[in-house]
Formats: sequence, structure tokens, C-alpha cells
Amino acid sequence: MTRFNAFSLLKNALTGHKNWTEQWPDSQPKKEYDVIIVGAGGHGLGAAYYLATQHGITNVAVIDKGWLGGGNTGRNTTIIRSNYLYDESARLYDHAVDLWEGLSQELNYNVMYSRRGVLMLAHNVHDVQSFKRHIHANRLNGVDNRWLTTEECKEYCPPLNISQNARYPVMGGALQERAGTARHDAVAWGYARGAAMRGVDIIQNCPVTAIRRNADGSVAGVETAKGFIGAKKVAVSAAGHTSVVMQTADVRLPLESYPLQALVSEPVKPIFPCVVMSNAVHAYISQSDKGELVIGSGTDQYTSYSQRGGLPLIEHTVAAITEVFPIFNRMRMLRKWGGIVDVTPDRSAILGKTPVEGLYVNCGWGTGGFKATPGAAHTFAWTIAKNEPHPINAPFTLERFKTGRLIDEAAAAAVAH
Amino acid sequence: MSEYRVSGKGRVDAARPVSFSFDGKTFSGLKGDTVASALLANGVHLMGRSFKYHRPRGAVAAGSEEPNALIGTRRGPGRFEPNTRATVQEIWDGLQTNSQNKYPSLKFDVGAVNDAAYMLFSAGFYYKTFMWPKNFWHKVYEPFIRAAAGLGVSPTEEDPDHYASRYLHCDVLIVGAGPTGIAAAKAAAVDGLKVVLVDENAEAGGTLLSEPQAQIGGKPAWDWLASELAALKDAGVRIMTRTTAIGYYHQNMIGMVEKLTDHLPTLPKDTPRERMWRVRAKRVVLAQGALEKPLVFHGNDRPGVMLAGSAQTFLNRYGVLVGRKPIVLTCHDSAWYAAFDLSDAGAKVQAIVDTRESVPQALLDGAQSRGIPVKLSHTASGTSGRLRVNALRVNTIRSGHVEGGQNIACDAVLTSGGWTPSLHLFSHTQGKLAWDDDKTTFLPDVTPEDCLIAGASRGLWGVEAALNDGAEKGRESVAALGKTGADATYAVENDRPGTGVTHRELPTDLNPGRAKAFVDYQNDVTAKDLRLAVREGMRSIEHVKRYTTNGMATDQGKMSNINGLNIAADALGKKQPQVGLTTFRPPYTPTSFGAFCGYHRGDHFEVTRKTQIDAWAEENGAVFEPVGQWRRAWYFPKAGEDMEAAVRRECVATRKSVGIFDASTLGKIEVVGPDAVEFMNRVYTNPWTKLAVGRCRYGLLLGDDGFIRDDGVIARVAEDRFHVTTTTGGAARVLNMMEDYLQTEWPDLNVWLTSTSEQWSTIALNGPNAAKLLQPFVKDLELTEETFPHMSCTELEVAGMPARLWRVSFTGEIGFEVNVPAPMGRKLWETLWEAGQQYGITAYGTETMHVLRAEKGYIIVGQDTDGTVTPDDCGLGWAVGRKKPDFVGKRGLARPDLVTKGRKHLVGLLTEDKSKLEEGAQIVFDPNQPLPMTMVGHVTSSYTSDAVGQPIALALVAGGQDKMGETVYIPMPDRTIAAKITPMVFVDPDNTRLKI
Amino acid sequence: MLLIHCPYCEETLPEAEFTYAGQAHIIRPENPSGQTDDQWEEFLFIRANPKGPHYERWRHFHGCGRFFNAVRDTVSDKFLTTYKAGAPRPDLSTLLPEGQK
Repeated sequence: MTRFNAFSLLKNALTGHKNWTEQWPDSQPKKEYDVIIVGAGGHGLGAAYYLATQHGITNVAVIDKGWLGGGNTGRNTTIIRSNYLYDESARLYDHAVDLWEGLSQELNYNVMYSRRGVLMLAHNVHDVQSFKRHIHANRLNGVDNRWLTTEECKEYCPPLNISQNARYPVMGGALQERAGTARHDAVAWGYARGAAMRGVDIIQNCPVTAIRRNADGSVAGVETAKGFIGAKKVAVSAAGHTSVVMQTADVRLPLESYPLQALVSEPVKPIFPCVVMSNAVHAYISQSDKGELVIGSGTDQYTSYSQRGGLPLIEHTVAAITEVFPIFNRMRMLRKWGGIVDVTPDRSAILGKTPVEGLYVNCGWGTGGFKATPGAAHTFAWTIAKNEPHPINAPFTLERFKTGRLIDEAAAAAVAH
Repeated sequence: MSEYRVSGKGRVDAARPVSFSFDGKTFSGLKGDTVASALLANGVHLMGRSFKYHRPRGAVAAGSEEPNALIGTRRGPGRFEPNTRATVQEIWDGLQTNSQNKYPSLKFDVGAVNDAAYMLFSAGFYYKTFMWPKNFWHKVYEPFIRAAAGLGVSPTEEDPDHYASRYLHCDVLIVGAGPTGIAAAKAAAVDGLKVVLVDENAEAGGTLLSEPQAQIGGKPAWDWLASELAALKDAGVRIMTRTTAIGYYHQNMIGMVEKLTDHLPTLPKDTPRERMWRVRAKRVVLAQGALEKPLVFHGNDRPGVMLAGSAQTFLNRYGVLVGRKPIVLTCHDSAWYAAFDLSDAGAKVQAIVDTRESVPQALLDGAQSRGIPVKLSHTASGTSGRLRVNALRVNTIRSGHVEGGQNIACDAVLTSGGWTPSLHLFSHTQGKLAWDDDKTTFLPDVTPEDCLIAGASRGLWGVEAALNDGAEKGRESVAALGKTGADATYAVENDRPGTGVTHRELPTDLNPGRAKAFVDYQNDVTAKDLRLAVREGMRSIEHVKRYTTNGMATDQGKMSNINGLNIAADALGKKQPQVGLTTFRPPYTPTSFGAFCGYHRGDHFEVTRKTQIDAWAEENGAVFEPVGQWRRAWYFPKAGEDMEAAVRRECVATRKSVGIFDASTLGKIEVVGPDAVEFMNRVYTNPWTKLAVGRCRYGLLLGDDGFIRDDGVIARVAEDRFHVTTTTGGAARVLNMMEDYLQTEWPDLNVWLTSTSEQWSTIALNGPNAAKLLQPFVKDLELTEETFPHMSCTELEVAGMPARLWRVSFTGEIGFEVNVPAPMGRKLWETLWEAGQQYGITAYGTETMHVLRAEKGYIIVGQDTDGTVTPDDCGLGWAVGRKKPDFVGKRGLARPDLVTKGRKHLVGLLTEDKSKLEEGAQIVFDPNQPLPMTMVGHVTSSYTSDAVGQPIALALVAGGQDKMGETVYIPMPDRTIAAKITPMVFVDPDNTRLKI
Repeated sequence: MLLIHCPYCEETLPEAEFTYAGQAHIIRPENPSGQTDDQWEEFLFIRANPKGPHYERWRHFHGCGRFFNAVRDTVSDKFLTTYKAGAPRPDLSTLLPEGQK
């Protein structure tokens, strides 16, 4: 594989780009692997990459029912931040941000991590209290996050409407400057290339139909469209489809899969310098390097694997955006799409071992999996390699739903009174 | 008449000139023109610059699929929109338009320097570079890339227009009012069925508008069209033009956007700019026709190179010759007819260049009779001209070998690479596509929705085939509704069905690795880019698309998808279906945000709920805060007072004399029935059996996970009747939860639940003088400790109004809550206000309410709890009826982590330096530890308190209830604050002030 | 927007009138206090989440207010049937069209 540098670029430009080599081969499955990872998204490919680079485990296959990076990795709004309330979450996501910052160089693949800042808007007193709680907790956890007044919000994000007569007036905001966005496809491709370079097999268009277990209950391998493939360890990283895959190993999970929609506008010249999230009106927006406004919507109310989603939700999302940014009312929506997110009862991920020996799971990221990609993949690889939790992913067990030791970021932001 | 306008041609109104501007220069067109047709009539082809290389571009199409001719359109202040397709925007007197993505001018654009570096900026370029040095990405490269991208500029003013939305229910919806759609509508319009025919264009007719030569049943096409549309209207068919079906959603719900004003010279009063139609159709016929494919060859993007079918449309529909000396380059019969039509209109067609070895004799005859040179077995390998094409380089193909090229001078190149069925809406249904090898395209296969595809959308070419298929699908649709559709068979003369072959890149004698042969015009994706992507391991069309951005422009691949797929499949050596097809996403064409928002803007974004007393509060200077959907009076500042001063005054006045508070937003639920008490026992943690009629009790509600969900005071109004209050934000949630348990777990209980939140106005009186103030208004009840003790309730008249009177307190003072029928709220308030003047009655808002309750240690669910807090955690263990066999949450409370030691407890905090803590501030035991610190809790509530004489706070602290008197630390950015853990009750722990 | 048949109102109405209420036929145990931690976790959190026919609950919130059950295919989002709360779980083989059984 060609290493990317100024020299290789120029040389290839001069030779008509005929000499670039493939970034990853189209592998056919071997009979057996040390580790099989089900799901070739950023999380799965990343885990394979770190198994190879950090743990010297290269007899690894990443298997996907479709094309690599074709699930939520390639369908999300690419927001990256780590200003979470609880220590457990802050540590995990901040670990991810640490890795994001050097990822392009690490992978020799420009994932375009753009530190443009994420501004979360407060629209009522409860928001203010909640965000300040986050800010103080983040500060003591060493996580960047600070309070901006209404005017400072406007200065940071000029398109913002700060009229106090608005239905949801802006009362300030929490800014994480270190946060931002990245190019989602490049993350999958960069990890795929890095893993393949080190001997990992990436097997696409090969649905895993079942996880097979030995008589002693431990994992034996996976049944696939291309036949049985043996493995000492199987790690499932299949986002919206985790329940379906894990069910075949008789592991039932506290997960529900919902359609999540997102949309982009037509591209325009730079107008929107950062990422803005408003939980109160349900609006998330940034502008891509291409110029499109990238807007996140919510999940539909019912579970679904249809990747379709309804019109009313999109109408509400666009209305929320123009409530906060009225100048965008005459902009046009270019396309909207849907993904499937798996959601846990406490809205935090499950990342680690399962009751089945040799079977590992990384799921339940809800709407926030992309930002965690390097951190989750890195610690997941550790757990797979050592068969024990990494200090950072240790709290994200399946066990917590039994004990009640939840990591309930959603409840912490919940509104009552 | 301008140089390129053809007299007597087209459907524009020659008698009505229209003047508009483009890049500041005034142009004249005719009514009925689009910006593109009017500019072309003036000989202007250069209309824009491309995305990446800033190459000069002109219109390539004549409809909404146009990728190049994107312009800014303006109608005075606030009414500007970028990226409008010049081929769609109708002109009107005074319309201002401008070109985009160029600096300093459209004719000379410095951004075109990128074009010179073409070989460097190949597919995937960005992923391979800009990584060194590391911090340059953020500071140098990314801002540069962002500034270069983006096409037009964003609007910067608020939109003065308004938008509407409506529902429409019909039996049959037909999308596309071309021959197929019209025939389908005709067949379906029987027995009073509600039929809707919709088209995105300004007038119905579709391809018939471009094919006036066709004779349908002996009638000229346009005569047939006029009479047929009239007949449809007579039959009750609703024909909607300028209306785009943007998306196909579940169960035959189609979103459609109708443009109402963008074509009008003056804006009618009170007319929305656009209207979103949410259509629910029993059956849908998709007759969206087909889109012509460009040919892929070096220089195929030069202004003047356009689709042959579009040139035909510009001529026949708008009366515009796109060139006087056009040349036709094709692999499909249809372009020959464009040559004939242009020739007949006076153009000197330089040649028809066809890649095929043979074509039907009739075409050759047609060319010969018009004196048009024909070059079969030829290809094209380049164009020349800077801002407008002036020659096409044509080569002979001999036995598969491309010979040297010869330049043929021209002023337009009309190309056709064949036609692609338009399957966008079909694709929205998650319908499956089937590859058709003969037609080298995808055709519709099966869909989960109740819809049929008709005409060119399923690969049928020619007007006759379209009409007959439309009629058949119309009949099939109504047959599914149990009706018999109208029978009709159509015969068409001068029809132009045609066939062709499919190409990837056109064969060339030059180095294809250096060719600028564009596949996606707008995004500047060339065939070479696609092949490079494949070489680099991109094996699915999804990867190729994302790696090269092919098909991701504002036409969503209408021009580029199939050409891209054919080239990628060839590079992979696979069949197209094995490479896949990217999914089309809604909306069909870019759709303004305003249309999606509809009425939901400004004050109508979301409902604002106001109490009956809200207007009084507003009149009396209240500052409001949003709480859920409600707006509540936050505080009542007097002249010169800030929030802190106002709240302090309100607090002092209430504790000293009497305060009045609007508590109407509290949720209220009436729980009624023989089993009401049993129901309450099961739902709330508290025991209810022994609560006497006429008494109130604080009720605590958990989820079955054991965490606090809600709370509120509950009155037993009668043996079988409870008046439950909930938090303001929790009302709907609590009722839903109660209904859930009642209906699905305990259907045996004889209980009814009714939301009464909006039936009552609730006014709270608090303070030492509260009883004195209220007494004169309640006959027959002495407000004494003996006759109406704390936590009593009764039904009686208050000031002559029927009321439920409660003696409760959320302040620690003597307190009453008067519930009267909602509309009487303001009258009661004003009555009490007037009578209270002698006591210096003070209206207070939510902030004072918060202070007073915190001084007394009363919690607010959602502020002092956060969904992870148990009753024991916040000192409410006394409210849990542990002897009850069960209640919601009882089992949850017994889970290991909920009974573990060291959980966070709600306690009071008093700072040592008497400073006020910040809500949300984090607490540590050891202030000297390094980051990250071990945090043991946080401040949930914090207020200045005159009653205590220093600021007070409530906080969740690990093991707090066992650490009374101990010191904890609150590290702030500038200093660390020490605070002592105290009980939660700061004022009157013995409840002496509650006594009358 | 889905169209949903309310078995109480006997009308097919738009989704906007309804709220989704999760997996159906999860019965709250008679005596929760007798449940093990595992059993209680199962009751509270563990969900089938199938790709295909799903037994689920809806509430006709802006209508009759009743909770009812439904079988919906989570791939096509099509309802196979809806039925009243308390009615037995319908047999899938009677609901699926020929060829999908």
C-alpha cells in the first residue's frame, strides 16, 4: 500500500494516478481467526486496527453484511465532543478526543478532525443549571467546557438569533472548544487501510447469520453467507443490528433500535463556524467543509430497522433550526436520510465482555457513537486482547442494568418541575 | 426579437416582454421564460462556475435536474436564495439574479487556478494530504478548503415570507403530468373518485410540451393536451402545477411542495410563498418520466455543451435556439430529432455524430433531407473554446480503433447518452430495482407501498407507449379500489420512440488518464476520478460515490449516477447490479426550509401555555421564564429593581405578611372510583388507606426502577376521589404512566383518571397573614388550627366561587391553595389582591417560590433530583410505605446499587465565607488533589436567603446524611469554597410558623 | 407517518394521534418483591428488539386514550394487526402473507 505524503502525491499526479494501490484488499474468509469482529464500521475496523497495532494480534477478520463504513459511521452528523457529565462518560469520550486529535497522522489518512468548537445552547433556567453542572464537573475532570453568555454565544456563532422575545430565547451556552467534527467516511477508510496493512482481513457483503458456541458454552465462530468461520474470540460491533446478531448466541440485551434521521442543505459559502446543539428545541447543526449545513434530527418514536423515518420529525427539526437561526429559512434541504441506532435504558453504551466466554460486545451508543469511535475501538481492542475490562470501559458493563449502577446521562439532563 | 429567439415557436408570450437582471446587467425575455431560456435567447451560455475547479459552465439541462446553471435569486430585502436552478426559475419584471462561486467575475475567476492543478486534485486528494504539519489543518488548510467550496452564499436576513401546510386525502395521486400521467388520470377519473395530478413544472404536459409534432388520435399534441386537461378538470381531477412531490413516506403519504409566488412579479397579499401538502393517497401512480444522460468525453462541460433533449425543449417550449451552428453527438435516436427540430427552426446543424455503426433509415433520410452531414461510427475526443464551445473534436472509429481527430466548428454541442428512468420516489418507498441489461439501466421491481410505475419511468419510450401504459396503470389503480377505469387506447403519429446504446466514457485517441471527461458536473467528478477510486479499492458504488463525491451534488446524481455506475462497473469488471446503486433520498429536488417549517415559526414554533393569571402578571411587570411549554412569572420587579432585589423583597414580604403566587401550572389529575385508594396505594410510595377524607398528603412517585419520577400534594376529596397534583413539567408523563399501569397491569381496578390541569386555576397564599386575608371570603369555615389544620382540604365557596380549598404550604409559612374553575382564576386573584393591600400583599414568582421552599428544605423533583435519586437519598424515606406489599418502584429500590453504602444524599450546605454557591458546582472532600478530581456530589439549589442571614444551598453529597457538620469543598475556577454540611431544613425546623 | 388502526375506535388514523409504548406482553410480576435481581432486570430492561414482526404497544393518546397491542414488521414498518390489551398474542402464522411464514 502506498504511504501518503507530499512526494507520493506529486509523483502520482505526474504519472496520471496510475500507480496508486488499493487501500484495502477484498478479502475472502480463512477457515479460522484469532478474532472475528462483526461489523465493519468505524468501531469494528478501529478495534481491528488497535488489536494489530497495540496488541500484536493480526489474525483478525472484520466481517460486514454490506460495505465497510456503510452503517451509522457513514450516516451520522459527525459531531465530536466529550463534555459529558459523569466521570465514566467524560473519561471515555475525552480519551476518544485525545485519539481524534492525532488520528490523521496516526493513520496517515486525513480524517479532517476539525476543532471548531461545540456550543450547547441553554434556553431555560433548567438548562442553565444543568449545563453549569456539566461545566463544573468537566473542569474538575480536566475536560474543556466553559460557559458563554448570550452575547458571547452570538459572537462565537454569528447566525444565532439571540432575541429574548424568541419562543426559546438563548440564555447562554456551554462551549467545548476542543470539540468539533470529522469526515466520517475517512474514519472507516483510514482504519480499514491501517488494519489491512497489518494483515487484518476485511470481508464485505458477508452477512453473519449466527454466532456458534462450543459445547462448553464458549464461542466457536460465526456462521456466515460464505460458510462457517472459526474464531477463538468474536466481538460484535454491529450498531443497530446488535440485538439480532447477539440473539443467535442466546445473549439478550437491554437494547431497542430506532430510526434516526439527519439532513443536509444545499452547499453555501462558509457561514457557520462551529457546531451548535440545542437540546431544548432538538436541533443540532454544523457546516461541512463542502458547505452543506449538516443537521441532526431525532429518533422516531417506534423501533424500526427500516432506515426510513417520517416526515413530521423532519418538519419539526427544520422548524427548530430556523427558530434558532431564522436566516436559514430560505435555504433548501438537499437530502435527508436515516440510520438505525441501538439505545440502552440509560443512553450509555455497553462495551465489554458478555456472559458468553470469548464473546464481546460494543453497542448501545444511541445517537452518539461516532464521537466515541477511536476511544471505544481502542479500549474494546484491549478488552478483546486481554479478556478483561480496560479501566476506561470498565463501568460500561452489561451488569449495571441488574445492579442499578447506571450511567444515566439522559436522566441527568431530564426536565421535570 | 433577440438573435436566438425563434418567432412562432414555443409557449412563451411574444407579446409580453419581461425584463430581469443577471449579474447586474439587464436582459429581456418573454413571459413564460425561465432565467435559463431567457439568457440563452440572448446568446448567454455562461451561467456559473463549478464547485472544485471553478470551470465555466452553462445550462446542460432544461429542468429541475440542472447541475450547472445555479444562480442567486433576489426580490428585495430578505428575499434572497442561493443555488436556484436557472432552468426552473421563471422570470418576472424586476427579478434580480446573480452567478455564483466566482471571484472577481464570472468571466474571470481566480479560483480557476484549481483547474490548472487538475492532475493533483484527483479523487481522494483531501484524504491523502493536508496532514503536515499537524496544526496546519485547523489553521490553514481547512479554512482554505471551506472558502473555496460552497457554491452560493447563505441568506443573511430573516425571511419576510410565510409558508403554509395542508393535508390532502385522495383516491389516486398521479405524480407527473406528462402523457403517462394524463392518460392515467383520465382512466382513473371515474365514479367520483378523487384524483390528483401533480407536476413540478409551471404547466402540465411534460414531454408533450417539447414534442408538438406528435399527433394523438389525429390531433396535434398541444391541441390534444389543451382539450384533455380541460376534460380532466371537468371530470373533477385536481391538477396541481409548480408542485413537486418531494418524498414518498410510509403508507402512501407523499409530501408535496407547491410554489405559489416565486414566479409572480408582485406578491399577492396574504399568500404564502410555498405550501407543503401532506397527501395520503389510496393509490399512487408514479409517472415521473426519464432523464437524459450526458455523454462522457474530454471537455464535455464547456458552456454550449448540453443535452439534446433539453435543446429540443428550449426550442419547442421556449422558442429558443441554443445555437445557430449546433452539432449533435449521440448514441441514441432521440438526439436526431433534436437536430431535425433545430434545423427546421433555422439552425445550421453542423453534423450528427453517432457512435453507432448503423441507425434506422428514417433518421438517415431525415438528416439527408435537411442537408445535415451524418457521421456514424464516430466519437468525440474534445471540445475547444474558453467560455463557450467553438469546436468539437470528432474521430472516426474503425474496427474498434479510434483514429485521429478533426475539429468541427460549432456554437453548441447537443449530446445524448440515452435515458434513465426517474425512480426517485419509487426509491423512497424502499422499492427494489432490477437491472435491465438491454436498456442498461435500473427498472422498478417491487415496492412495499400501494403504487404503480408507468411510462418512461419503467423504461417505455415514446408518447404512444407512455399514453397506453398510463391508461393501463390508471385502470389498475382504480381496479384495486373496486372500480372500473375508463377504457382508452391511444394511437400516435410522428411519435419518436427511439433506441440507442450505452457508453461509459466515449472512446478516444488521446490519453484517457488526462481527460477531463466529466460525470458529475457540479462536483467536478471525472471518469478518471471514478477509475482511480476503484483502483484504490473502492468496490461498491457507495464507496466510489463517497470517495469521489459523484452523485452528491444538488442534482443528487440525476445526471451522474448511471454514467458513474457504468464506469465503476467497467473498472471493476463486474455487472452493474453487483456494484450496486446508491439510494435516492428525499427530497426529490432541493426544498426550502420554510416549506418544512410551515406555520411553525416564531410564536408558532411551539405552543406557549399561559395561565388565566398570566395576563395580570404581564400587566404588572412580571419577568417570565419558560418551564416546559408553560411560561411562568419568574419575578415581579418594581422600578429600578434587578432580579436579586425583587426576589429578596418578595421573600421577605411573604415571610413577614402575605404573598400570592400563581400555582395553576401544577399538573392535576382526578383519580376517581371504588378502587381509587387501592390504585393510589399501588402507584405512589405512600400509604393512602388511612388518609381521611378532607386531608392532604405529600405523595412520592417512583419508576419501577426505584428512582424518583415525580411528587406533589394529594388531597382525598371523597372516599373514592383523590385530587392529585404533579410537577408542572411532569403532568402528562404521570398521567400516561398511571393510565399504563391501570389499563394494562391492573384492568381489574375500577378507577377513572382525568387530567384536570387546565380545569383549575390555583392560587397560593402564603405568610403569617394568609388566614386573615382569606377568612372574609370563606363563609361557614373558620380558618383555625382546630377547624382547618395544616394539610386539610375542603370544597366550599371562596369569594362566591366554587372552590377546592387546601391548607398546604410550600414555603414553611401558613399557606392556602385555592382551586377555582379556571376561567375564574383572574377574578379571584384580583379579589384577593385588592383585599390584601391592607397587609401589603406581594405577588411572587417562581424564583421566590424556589427560595422559600429551599429555606424549608422542600425538594424540587428535576432540580434536586435527576432521575438517579431514591427517596432515601433525599431524606424522603418517611414517605415510603414499606409495609405495603407492593408499589411501583418497591422492587427497584431493593436492587444492589440502590441499597449500597456511600450513595449521594441530599443535604444542606452553608459556606464558611458566606458566599453564594453556583448551582451545578461540584463538591470534593479533598480540595488539594490533582485533576481529574474525585467528585462526591454537586450543588442542586442555591439562593441568597434573608431568612437565614446567609446564602443557603442544597446539594447531593456522597454519604452526606452521615457527615453532618463536616466540611466539604467546592473548587471554583478562581478559588475553592469551603462549606459545612447541614440538615436540609434551614428555617423553622419545628414547623411553628405553619400554625395559625 | 404511519397509519394505525385503533382496535377500540375501529378506525385507521395517523400516527400523530398515537404514542408508542414499547414491547408488548411484558407482564409485571404478581409479586415483584419475590423477584430476583436477574428477573427484575429482565422485566425492566431486556427487550426482544426483533428485525421483523414485533409485538408492541401503542396508545391512542389523542383519541380514546386506550393502550392496545400491535404486530408490526420492523423492516417494512407495516402493521400486521392491532388488538385490544389483554387479548391473547396472535399467532404469527395467521398474520404473515403466504411465502413469508
